[in-house]
Parts: sequence; structure tokens; C-alpha cells
Amino acid sequence: MADLSEPETGTDEHTLLAEAPASVEVDVASLTPGMSLVVQWRGKPVVVRNRTEQEMKDGEAVKLADLKDPIARNANLPADAPATDANRTTPGKEALLVMVQVCTHLGCIPLGQEGDFGGWLCPCHGSQYDTAGRIRKGPAPENMAVPVFQFTSDTKIRLG
Amino acid sequence: MSEGHSTYTPRTGIERWFDARLPLPRLVHDSFIVYPVPRNLNYAYTFGGILTVMLASQIVTGVVLAMHYTPDTGLAFNSVEKIMRDVNSGWLLRSLHSNGASFFFIAVYIHICRGLYYGSYKSPRELLWVLGCTNLLLMMATAFIGYVLPWGQMSFWGATVITSFFSAIPLVGEWIQQLLLGGFAVDNPTLNRFFALHYLLPFLLAGVVTLHIWALHVVGQNNPTGIEVKSTTDVVDFTPYATVKDAFGIIVFLFFFAYFVFYLPNFLGHPDNYTIANPLKTPAHIVPEWYFLPFYAILRAITFNVGPIDSKLGGVFAMFSSIAVLFLVPWLDTSKVRSAVYRPWYKVFFWLFVADVLFLGWLGSQPAEGVYVTMSQLATLYYFAFFILVMPLLGLIETPRRMPHSITEAVLEKRATSVKAEE
Repeated sequence: MADLSEPETGTDEHTLLAEAPASVEVDVASLTPGMSLVVQWRGKPVVVRNRTEQEMKDGEAVKLADLKDPIARNANLPADAPATDANRTTPGKEALLVMVQVCTHLGCIPLGQEGDFGGWLCPCHGSQYDTAGRIRKGPAPENMAVPVFQFTSDTKIRLG
Repeated sequence: MSEGHSTYTPRTGIERWFDARLPLPRLVHDSFIVYPVPRNLNYAYTFGGILTVMLASQIVTGVVLAMHYTPDTGLAFNSVEKIMRDVNSGWLLRSLHSNGASFFFIAVYIHICRGLYYGSYKSPRELLWVLGCTNLLLMMATAFIGYVLPWGQMSFWGATVITSFFSAIPLVGEWIQQLLLGGFAVDNPTLNRFFALHYLLPFLLAGVVTLHIWALHVVGQNNPTGIEVKSTTDVVDFTPYATVKDAFGIIVFLFFFAYFVFYLPNFLGHPDNYTIANPLKTPAHIVPEWYFLPFYAILRAITFNVGPIDSKLGGVFAMFSSIAVLFLVPWLDTSKVRSAVYRPWYKVFFWLFVADVLFLGWLGSQPAEGVYVTMSQLATLYYFAFFILVMPLLGLIETPRRMPHSITEAVLEKRATSVKAEE
């Protein structure tokens, strides 16, 4: 068995981590603002982005009425929580956006820090997400999912 | 077979012995030797035979490839490369198999167009047509699954996108998707079940093909005039007439096939599939195999919500409907006349439809943005209008051309006009 405490960042073909209900621990200490890291969790990439001041400001400035999907899609919050910038992150840790980096249209992986909204752009069918990973334009129906996770220490995240 | 009385007379002792126990020689004799076929069949009617050859070829090359292929995410890509480099004639087997899929589709699309043009789906051939549509569906499933096996980037992301279609279905969608994938994402369990299914489905296809041919031999072949066989002067024996014509059609078809196999083996493929699957990176521009492009364009054309149906479900629904509507063709077409030869307006709409599908195919290969989306929407509109509006309404208002009374009369008329033209 693979050591499940090790974040899988490469492209190892044998993704034992894909087996549910695996959990993954991620050390985010080295992430400075503007950096992202991607770990594989249940076979899917999960991005942890340390957002810049500007990205956070952009995310907070968006009105709920302008969102295609007004639901937070945050597995750590009630299912009907509104998609505010704060509800996409964790209280006290607003800079860190943890999100399954899979387009909610047909499952491709959007490219980071691209598109009209400075967030993510899906190369497959052109869906565009903002700096909080919320769908803003294109065929995708929902915001990218925030997975179940918790901070086990100040700089460590446990996914799943 | 169709007449219910057989002209087979066993001549030798062995034949008599078999005939009393398992009348296989009688079946072959009645189905492929004295079986009557209309005398006016043209080369469009050789594609049934061509398809049978392609199915057999795919099964034979596929079985041998399976002996050298490993369905494991860590080994699949390399095992395909091993087939290309180390296995004796492996390059040929794989080239035959991958290009064979493309040529299988070329043949089936021509075969379907032939049926649509000459009205081969009309009573009493509805079931024959429905079985044919089932074959198309099985072929599509098999081809898609097969494309996943080499475990390249297009394999992986094609599998991701296509299995995601099912997640659009309300309530049970996610459950179906996870069942297909054997997990939350495309991974080793997906590859294993896809390999098992890719081996199974062609044999199911062969089974339905048998039913298709059986149904054909019960109702008899349609022909370019669409007039039913009325007398013995309307028909010729299957052997040698149809056998030789089919054989010639098959050989010509195989020439084109061989040209691609030997000189353009990767022309119909995609270079991204020579990069090993990477679950963390989607290629910048993903496209399905060419034979799925028209349907892919229809999927992407639905960018708007329709009432409670969001754009994602709408697109998936439109794409599946584009195949499903084919099943309904026998009941959508209201015209009493089968063949487009005698239907001046249907002929125009039919060729517009063919052009429309080719156009959709081209659009499917373009990025889904700007003017391409609008064009896809218009082309999708005509695709469905052809079946849902043109077919039922045209049959009611169109005045068909005068038809000959029999196949024989049609053939003799044609000969008379061509003789006149020569004078």
C-alpha cells in the first residue's frame, strides 16, 4: 500500500489514493501568496491556492446576484450556504482556497489563473471560474466543489 | 428462408445425413446461393457485405491484440508501444484494428444513408431498421471503449468527458457514472471493466447482426426503386450475382482501407494519444474520434438552459436524441413511396441532411466558441427538423414522380432511355 500520509503530487499511474474513503494530509507551510499546489485525492486533483490580496479582493467584490450558481458547494457547510467568498474558504484562513479542480461541466481540469475572471479556465468547453472557483461563464452548471477537509494544525490540511 | 419452402436437395450421403440432423448446408444454400435478390441492386447495396467483413476483421485483429495488451493503468500504454515495436507484425495488427474502426464507421454511415435514401426502413422492414440502429449504438459503445484502452491523454479525457454525460441525468446520474467508472474518477477499475466490455460487445454486435441478416432474409432486400419484388423476372440468384458484386465492392473498399493502414496509419488518430494519460492535466483541445464529431457538435450546441433543464443535461439529451430519433424513422416518414428516386423534394432534403451532418462533423472539430456555436445550433436545428418536421410533413404534401409497375419495368425503361441517348 502507498503511504497515505504522503501527498501525491506527481503523475504516478498507480493511484492507490483513488480508493475511497482515503484521506490525504497536505502540508501548506511552503505556500506563499500566489502559489498553488495540487494533490491527488480520490483520483482527482485538489488544488490548494494561497490567494493574493488582489484575488481575495476580487472574490469578495462579486455580488451574489451575478453568480450563475449562488450555492457555496462547500462540503464543510450546509448544502444551501450562499456562495460568498467567505463561504468558499475557512474562517480565519480566507487566503487558502481548497477545491477539487475539476470542471463541473464534463470533468476536465481547468487551467489556473486564466480567463476573464482571473481564476480558472477550462480548456475543453470554455467554462470560466473566478478567484473563488465560482462558475461565471460557459456551460458548466456549478461552482467547483470544496471537498471535506479540516486544518489539523496551522499549516496542515487533512482532506476527506 | 423467406418463402418457407426450400429448393435444396441433398445429393450425397453426408449431405443427407446432415440435413436430417442439422440442416446447415440447407441454410447456406437457401440464404446465400439461391436466395433471390432484386436484379437492380447498385453498389450502395454492397456495404452490408463490407460491414460483415469489417466486423470479422476487427474481431480477429482484436483477439490477437488482446493477447499482447495489458489492461492496467501502469502498463497499458507501454504494452501498446510494445505491440508497435516488439510484437511480430504488431504494428500491422494495431494499424488494421484502429483504422478498421474508422473504416467500419465509414461503411456504416454509407449503409445508413443508403437506407435513408431508398426508404429501406418502411414497412415491412421496420424491425430490420431498428436492429440496424441497435448495431450502430453497439458499434459506438465499442469504439468509444476501445479508444480508452491505449491509455493516452485522449483516452483518459475522452473517457472522463463521456462518462460525465451520465452525471447530467437527474437523481441516478452520479450513481450510474460511478458504476461505469468503478470509482470517483477514471482509473484502474475503469480500464479493467472497459477492457472486459470491449471484448464482450463485438460478440453482442455479431449476435444482433445475425438477427439483422435474418430479418433481412425474411422480408427480402429493398432496391433502388423501392418497389417490392413481384415476379421471378425481378430477381436474380444471390450466387453468383450478388456474391460477385459484393466481392468486388469489398475489394475496392479494402484498397482504400489498405492505403490508410500502410501509408497514413495515424492520419485519423490524434497525436495527444501518444502521450501517456495524466489525470492531473487535460489537453488544451480535446476532440473525440472523427466518427463522433457530428454528435459532439450537437452536444456542445446546447449552451442555454431550457426551463428546468440546464445546459449540461440539455446537451447530453440532444446528443442521445440524435441517435434515438433514428430508431423512430420508420414511423416518422409518412410517404407512401419508398425510394427518393421518385420523391423530388425528399431527395433535396436528404442531401441537405447529409451536408448538414458533414458540416456538424467539421464544427465538432472546431473550438466551441463564438460563431462556431451559433453555426452548430443552426445545424443541430436542421438535423432534428429533418426527422421531426420534414419526414412526417413532406410525405403528406409531396407529389411523387410516376413510378414503374415493377422492378423489371424500371430496369427496361432505364435501358431504353440509355439506348435512346446513345442514338
